[in-house]
Amino acid sequence: MSQPFSADYLPRDSATSRSTEVSAWGLLRLRKQLEQGLPLTPRPFQTLAERTGLSEQEVMDAITQWQSDGLIKRFGLVVKHRTLGYNANAMVVWNIPDEQVQALGKAMAAVPFITLCYQRPRRLPDWPYNLFCMIHGTNRERVLAQLACLIDDQNLQHIQHAVLFSNKAYRQRGGRYVSHD
Amino acid sequence: MTLDAADRQLIDSYQRNLPVCERPYEEIARSLGLTEAEVIHRLSALQEKQVLSRVGPVFEHSQAGASLLAAVAAPEAQMDLVAARINRAPGVNHNYAREHTYNLWFVMTAPDHELLDEHLDELEHELRLPMLRLPMVEGYHIDLGFDIDWEALS
Repeated sequence: MSQPFSADYLPRDSATSRSTEVSAWGLLRLRKQLEQGLPLTPRPFQTLAERTGLSEQEVMDAITQWQSDGLIKRFGLVVKHRTLGYNANAMVVWNIPDEQVQALGKAMAAVPFITLCYQRPRRLPDWPYNLFCMIHGTNRERVLAQLACLIDDQNLQHIQHAVLFSNKAYRQRGGRYVSHD
Repeated sequence: MTLDAADRQLIDSYQRNLPVCERPYEEIARSLGLTEAEVIHRLSALQEKQVLSRVGPVFEHSQAGASLLAAVAAPEAQMDLVAARINRAPGVNHNYAREHTYNLWFVMTAPDHELLDEHLDELEHELRLPMLRLPMVEGYHIDLGFDIDWEALS
C-alpha cells in the first residue's frame, strides 16, 4: 500500500519528536488547504492556522520556507487566461537534436510570449518530439505570427515541429497532490 | 471580459510576491491606493468571474509529488465521452482538446510515482486507447506569472 501523501515537505526530524510530529501533520493539512487557494479573509494566515492547528506564525514561516526551498515557485494571483480573452493557446513541439535541446530550451524559455518550456522524452515511432513550449495569444493569427518570429530568431527553419492548438479545456485547475478527489 | 484599472493593476502587480504578513490584503491595498476591504472584494469578484482560479501558491510539480503529461488519440465522435472519463480518473488537473491525432492532452498528478503509474494503467485499460506518457525531463521556464497584454485584449 502506498503512502497517502508525499513526505518530501515534512520536517526531517518528524520521526524523532512528538511535538514536531504533530506539526508535521499540521503542515500536511496546510499544504492541502493552500492547494485550494489563500482564504480571502483579512488575516488569511490566521484563518489557515485555525484550519490546520498551527499558529499564524508557523503558517507564515512554512510558506516562506517553501518559497525559498522552491516547493512554492510562485505565490500570487493565478489568472485564467481564457476568461480574459487569451483564446488561442498552442503547444508547439519540436524534434531537436539531443545535443542542442538544452541550449534551445533555455533560449526559448527566455522569449516573453512563451509561457512554458519543457524537455520530454520522444516516443518513437509515434512521437518524435522532445521539446515542448506553450504560446498564449489573443487569437490564432497572432500566435502563428509569434511562432514565425521564433523560428526566424532561433534559426529553426529545418527543425521538424508541430503546432497543437487547443480548442477546448475540459479541465483547468491547480495541482492537487495531497487533496482527495 | 473588461476589467477596470484597479483590477488590472491588481493582476499586473500580484501574480507573484504576494506579501506574507499578518494582513497581506492591507499591504496590497496600501501599495495600490485602495482599502483592504476593497482588495478582498475585488479578488473575490475576480474569482467568481473566473478571471482568477485562486490566490495562492503555485507548487513546483517535481517537488510536490508526481505528475505527468499524457495524451490519447480519441475517435473524433467520442471526444467528449473520453474526456469525461479522463476527468473522472484521480488527480487529473488539466485536460485539453488539441488539434492533432493525439487529440486529448491531460496532466495527472499523484502523491508518488508508483500511484501515478497505477492510475494511468487503470485509465489506459479502461479507455482501450494507446496513451503517450511524457514525463518532464527538464523544465526551462521559471514561472513568473504572465504579463497580460491589455492592449491586445481591448
